[in-house]
Amino acid sequence: MKFTRLALAATLVAASAGFAGSAFAQEQFIPLLSYRTGAYAPNGIPWANGKQDYLKLVNERDGGINGVKLAFEECETGYATDRGVECYERLKSKPFVAAIDPQATGITFALTEKAPVDKIPLITLGYGLSIAKDGNAFQWNFPFMGSYWTGADILIQHIGKKAGGLDKLKGKKIALIYHDSPFGKEPIPVLQERAKMHGFELQLLPVTAPGVEQKATWLQLRQSRPDYALLWGWGVMNSTALKEAQATGFPRDKLYGVWWAGAEPDVRDVGEGAKGYQALALNGFGQNTKVAQDVLKYVHEKKAGSGPRDEVGSVLYTRGMIISMLTVEAIRTAQEKFGKGKPMTGEQVRWGYENLNLTEARLKELGFDQVMRPLKTSCSDHMGSTWARIHSWDGKNWNMGSDWYQSDDKVIEPLIKEHADKYLADKKIARRTDCK
Amino acid sequence: MFYRENGQFKTSYKADQQVFPILQDKIGVWLLIAAAFIVVPMFAGDYFYQAILIPLTIMCLAALGVNILVGYCGQISLGSGAFMAVGAYGAFNFMVRIPGMPLVLALILGGLCATFFGILFGLPSLRVKGLYLAVATLAAQFFSDWMFLRIKWFTNDSPSGSVSVSHLNFFGIPIESAMSEYLFCLAVLVVIAILAKNLVRGAIGREWMAIRDMDVAASVIGIRPMYAKLSAFAVSSFIIGVAGALWAFVHLGAWEPAAFSVDVSFKLLFMVIIGGMGSIMGSFFGAAFIVVLPIVLSLVLPAIAGAFGFQISTAGISHAEFIIFGALIVWFLIVEPHGLAKLWSIGKQKMRVWPFPH
Repeated sequence: MKFTRLALAATLVAASAGFAGSAFAQEQFIPLLSYRTGAYAPNGIPWANGKQDYLKLVNERDGGINGVKLAFEECETGYATDRGVECYERLKSKPFVAAIDPQATGITFALTEKAPVDKIPLITLGYGLSIAKDGNAFQWNFPFMGSYWTGADILIQHIGKKAGGLDKLKGKKIALIYHDSPFGKEPIPVLQERAKMHGFELQLLPVTAPGVEQKATWLQLRQSRPDYALLWGWGVMNSTALKEAQATGFPRDKLYGVWWAGAEPDVRDVGEGAKGYQALALNGFGQNTKVAQDVLKYVHEKKAGSGPRDEVGSVLYTRGMIISMLTVEAIRTAQEKFGKGKPMTGEQVRWGYENLNLTEARLKELGFDQVMRPLKTSCSDHMGSTWARIHSWDGKNWNMGSDWYQSDDKVIEPLIKEHADKYLADKKIARRTDCK
Repeated sequence: MFYRENGQFKTSYKADQQVFPILQDKIGVWLLIAAAFIVVPMFAGDYFYQAILIPLTIMCLAALGVNILVGYCGQISLGSGAFMAVGAYGAFNFMVRIPGMPLVLALILGGLCATFFGILFGLPSLRVKGLYLAVATLAAQFFSDWMFLRIKWFTNDSPSGSVSVSHLNFFGIPIESAMSEYLFCLAVLVVIAILAKNLVRGAIGREWMAIRDMDVAASVIGIRPMYAKLSAFAVSSFIIGVAGALWAFVHLGAWEPAAFSVDVSFKLLFMVIIGGMGSIMGSFFGAAFIVVLPIVLSLVLPAIAGAFGFQISTAGISHAEFIIFGALIVWFLIVEPHGLAKLWSIGKQKMRVWPFPH
């Protein structure tokens, strides 16, 4: 008697566990790697909050994607590669993992080896491996909207335009002040290529991570007096560089940052001292955009916001929202092919990423029309678009310039081909052939 | 009662010179090794391998190397991260530059690179000691950071400075699944740990310990300090180098110099101090403490907070982790300055006299 009761109880427990499991399986899981501590936290926090709030918005406003709720869990990496790998391993085991945004170049490199094995796409918006644009070689990497190579190319185009034509750069000296890590070194091949094309001199000035100590670099800069300087920094390195520029009297309007050096945390503390500083803008921002208003209405009004209310719509926060939006749209696209109302596997989401078509009208519907330009991917183009603008800091606010730039395919494509081929040869991987 | 050695008589030199002279120890260690090789693969999942077991085995190996230098020979080093980096980049260069290079040979050659590097930066130990030596070895750390960031040859001219390896195999057996990676690292660890244990019991280990305890007295009784100190640097950096190569090849897959920053050096030193200086067993305890505890805390804290109806943010977990971790280290050092290995031997002593403690 006792035994049967026990068996009955066990069956009940097992059945309810199974039921809970199946209910859980109807959710699409999105792992969120982030860093809210360490030297890069001031920039990492708004980014992470933006990613999370958009997912909350989709759940609140639309009830998920065609009824599939989005589940997510955050894991703290502290920007360290080994912690990032641990987070990845922990979160990838959940059912229906859509995609991973590693949020750090070093972690991206480590996961690039692992993602094809686990069949999980890596979304690296505006960072990561520049050669990963080549979808034939990197089937699982998606550097949407631009890489360091396109960014470097656009900056040179902009400097050339300001100087009155790219041919005016001949004999000029351009310094690259970069974070001494793969992140900072990525743009060098493109800049060298451009230096050869236009005859300017490229001066490379590394700054040891995390970038708090830059005195020696700026001393060198003072001696060599370059005409322009590019700032390839992240986190605390950017504000330090701007303070040093102020101290050494380097004209701030000759200093150009990458899009990771062009957000509020980088200039806020320097304030007036950074007036005139310009940086690439990968995305628009502000609380007036429809998507920011929606987040305020559906997430923050319900006290479910991930960060302070003021932060909604800031540069990095908006970039975080774009990352989540692209993933959500990829899932939606994949559902149209593989079945609506069902959570998608990593492979299906990858198909979605490769078949994104965000037209102007669609972006307007989503509320992103003032934030980014249309984006269309294919299985050989994993970047979608390379549009970027330049914005400048007036001492209190970032002001968006009106010129849109695109990177020059004539410069970038041969480099991508060359480096991707070398990568494939080193790894003994064959190119994908199923792309039309 | 449970742990009795009376009745176990040693009647030959061979019996007296056993690594584990007590029968229970011998059986226990064999059971442990068998469990690690056989029982663990039957139950462990992918996450357990990739996030806990593989880093743990590799860090045990590295801590073992540091313990030989710091614990047995008394030469405090803050350059362990650099030795790991040299091992990793050395093995990487042998792998990519020589076609068909077997993995094991690349690991050994990487270890030898670290050996040379270790001897080079061990030279100051002949003139300075203690804190001064620690600062001198810190130079090794900064030098390796500089070298692998700046000299392109070491990274095979990778434009970004990040390198990677793939398609690892052990005499034709691919090391790709998590289980095979774990078993490979474990095998390396067991082999090196046995060799190290025998080394520290032998003449050379005794020389190291004599130097550690009082170098003037050691040289008076005929121990050459130069030979003893440099050999400790050599052996220790070989082991750390192999661990570094495994960390890069097996655990990370792709890495940059930041993976072997000064933080790693500090972590390894903490492992040795917490685990127990001058104890092979202590290296394992220390590595387990430093590697596993943060992960356990990050998994357990949200659950604990949830049980009390709180929700704890990611940043909150991370900060709490730092606080608890720091507090535990301080607590351990006050309560048991000889490390976890000492606790272990106290435990054994209690078992020995149970149930009639005196």
